[in-house]
Amino acid sequence: MLDFILNGKKCTSQLPPQSRLLDVLREEFGLHAPKEGCGEGECGACAVLVDGMLWNSCITPLANVQGKSVLTLEGFRDTEKYKLLEQCFGEAGAVQCGFCTPGMIMAAEALLRQKPHPQEAEIREAISGNLCRCTGYNMIIAAVRMAAERGAGLW
Amino acid sequence: MEDISKAVERKDHRLKMSGRAEYTCDKRLEGMLYSAFVRSEIAHGRILDITLPDLPAGYVAVGGHDLYDNHLPVVTDEQPVFAVDEVCFVGEAILLLAGPDLATVRRLCRETKVTYEELPAVLTLDEATEMAAHYHYRKGDVEAAFAQAAQVVEETFTTGYQEQAYLEVQGMVAQWDAENGKMHVFGSLQAPYYVKNAVMRVLGLDDEHVRVVQQVTGGGFGGKEDYPSLIACQAAAAAKKAGAPVRVAYDRREDMTVTTKRHPSRLHYAAALDAQHRIIALKADICLDAGAYPGLSGVVLQRSVNVAAGVYKIEHLDVDGRAVITHTVPNGAFRGFGGPQSIFAMESLMNHLAAKVGMTPLAFRQMHVVQQGDDTVTGGKFHQYVPIPDLLAKVEEMSAYSRKYAAYSQPQTGRYRRGIGLSLFLHGCGFTGSAEKDILRARVILRKYADDTVEILASNVDIGQGLKTTFSKIVAAVLDLPLERIICPNPDTDRVPDSGPTVASRSLMIVGKLVERAARKLKAGWESGKEQEAVADYEAPELIPWDMDKFSGDAYPAYSWGVNVVELEEDRLTGMTKLLGVWGVFDVGKVIDNTVMLGQAEGGMLQGIGYGSMEKMEAAAGKIRQNSFTDYMIPTAMDTVPNQIAFIDNYYADGPFGAKGAGELTLLGGAPAYTAAVEQAAGKAYPNIPLTPERILAAEAK
Ligand code: FES
Ligand code: FES
Repeated sequence: MLDFILNGKKCTSQLPPQSRLLDVLREEFGLHAPKEGCGEGECGACAVLVDGMLWNSCITPLANVQGKSVLTLEGFRDTEKYKLLEQCFGEAGAVQCGFCTPGMIMAAEALLRQKPHPQEAEIREAISGNLCRCTGYNMIIAAVRMAAERGAGLW
Repeated sequence: MEDISKAVERKDHRLKMSGRAEYTCDKRLEGMLYSAFVRSEIAHGRILDITLPDLPAGYVAVGGHDLYDNHLPVVTDEQPVFAVDEVCFVGEAILLLAGPDLATVRRLCRETKVTYEELPAVLTLDEATEMAAHYHYRKGDVEAAFAQAAQVVEETFTTGYQEQAYLEVQGMVAQWDAENGKMHVFGSLQAPYYVKNAVMRVLGLDDEHVRVVQQVTGGGFGGKEDYPSLIACQAAAAAKKAGAPVRVAYDRREDMTVTTKRHPSRLHYAAALDAQHRIIALKADICLDAGAYPGLSGVVLQRSVNVAAGVYKIEHLDVDGRAVITHTVPNGAFRGFGGPQSIFAMESLMNHLAAKVGMTPLAFRQMHVVQQGDDTVTGGKFHQYVPIPDLLAKVEEMSAYSRKYAAYSQPQTGRYRRGIGLSLFLHGCGFTGSAEKDILRARVILRKYADDTVEILASNVDIGQGLKTTFSKIVAAVLDLPLERIICPNPDTDRVPDSGPTVASRSLMIVGKLVERAARKLKAGWESGKEQEAVADYEAPELIPWDMDKFSGDAYPAYSWGVNVVELEEDRLTGMTKLLGVWGVFDVGKVIDNTVMLGQAEGGMLQGIGYGSMEKMEAAAGKIRQNSFTDYMIPTAMDTVPNQIAFIDNYYADGPFGAKGAGELTLLGGAPAYTAAVEQAAGKAYPNIPLTPERILAAEAK
């Protein structure tokens, strides 16, 4: 039994402490936005925020989030910030197959929290742990930039 | 009417963006079992014995003997669904085990003992002798031309594997409805009817008793054209035997080890030049590594030989192509489908020939490019306008290619050297030859409901390329309806007619045209508030008939065209390169959605550059060595620069609103433009891709 905060609510996992956080989220709590692209910490499809930092949940043992706050796309998608990102990602054409998207959004959110007005190079670096095979990245970078420009006061 | 190219938000944007899209891994069915494979550990051998551990209640094992027919239909049917007597590559499936607990299933697989008698294995293309396919065509009098040549130049090129690396691995869920004797299959796939036909044959079920539904699919790039049929059959066999739904979910290493990839190849070219430096004759000898079973290799090879001379007009030609069998993972479809190998070789050859005769790569190309009305290599015709001069003018304006080329041709000193490379390429849209007319005969239905919403019923899929959006825009434009009134759900074979697979850059051009025609019919008989239906069937355009035996005629109804320029800086100490600029100009007919098309170009160009530069995959003793994202590197956001991309409007009458095929074209030019840039920077010729820093350094050392 292990307690942590999941999308703003206290919760308790019944799974063993060495379980992968990704499995806990997907199987125990039915949160399907985080995806498994590699299971080895190389693609970022499973990325979530832990106390505001971008973590790959597939290589995070459950025990490591004890007492911490975990945010997945499910806990973020009703916010104003998300709505702006959704609009900008749509306009920029930043979503193709969509499999990398939940992780990308969390990476974008992690960046914008730290740096509401990032330079292009900073955006590249912030999403460099998130692989995308469809878009070639530039349209994602444009989307994050657009959100930063329009998001006055949100971040 | 508003210009159809004006971008809209994608139909599935909000669903995918919010994480609510249901991919195969998100599918949950009551009582669903998890599964794992027992696979061959050797490249070639006879199976002498299989000993299973005791299976706990609720666990099943399926193999070839459980099937009505163990032959997987992929063009031909050499490949078994499960190996029974003989294994032919490392990772070939022997058994599928399924049960309620995945860890237990995996343990049971590990405890299964397979005893083999090892047989000699053919592991490389150079050793291979058995042919999966062979095509040969000639034009003119090649021998005489070579005999008269002022100069003959020969060169051998090689290309490596390329892994599709779709972010979502392969997966399938099968559910057996025992009461009605019906199999339901849900999966990540590009060709619902391929999967359906395979499951029907392997399980001995009729048309009414197999249903295939496409889940939201996390990328395909060809990798989900043929391969899903195999795992669908395996999952379905297990589901039937277990009497419970079964999920097959690969992990990344498994996916990279056992699924189809781009064919490694060896291409030998000989060019005969006259005294004016014109290529008068060309011989190409192309060899693709098919892997253990022929599968799609013959069809892939057709495209390799068809584009062997690239965008150039050469009077005398002799092109011979073989796909050979090795005891390695079978190769299959990947965006470009045999084209990227030939285009890389031909474009590199053009650069090397230009250097030999003292011309710039551009001027030498311009002497040879095809024009409208010219014959194709197989005696077809370029019926439509060939916009190569427009593409070149545009890319010159955007990139200042010629000025930079001249500047970087001056002697360079120091650690960092610059280069700029250009590639020209074409893509034959749709299937090679007469398959549309003779085999597929696609059909599309539009169904209008009483509330005047219109549903598109077709078996083509959106795998990220934006087809739901482009299809819907076509219908909305014809019927003058808002886009929200058009519904385009994922195909379910119980509901949609067979409009063919989503492959070969055919979905928008060929099926999209049917969508447009059906919409026009619907419009002609439109009665508001009434349920109505309109059907459109494929009608072949007037072409020079294709003869597969003679390999002659119009191989494709239309061609898309492109030019790429890559500018970079090479570090002579490390062999690393830094991109300085990437440009692409394309003719895909009329663009149906600017943003969707830009996405195709951005993604395709990066895959092409990855193919030429960093995506290295090899087999050692028949086993894929780079089977994770740690070892097989695909470009990250740090490996790209902002690209500059433009499109030329070149209306194509047989495509919807003038559109042609677009998805594959964008990958073709990256590798040759990249290597050309490195060659200029380094002052060396590099005939092998991927051109990794190690390869650059090895050549520097010489
Ligand atoms: S699935 Fe976690 S990093 Fe790839
Ligand atoms: S949109 Fe397909 S992987 Fe990023």
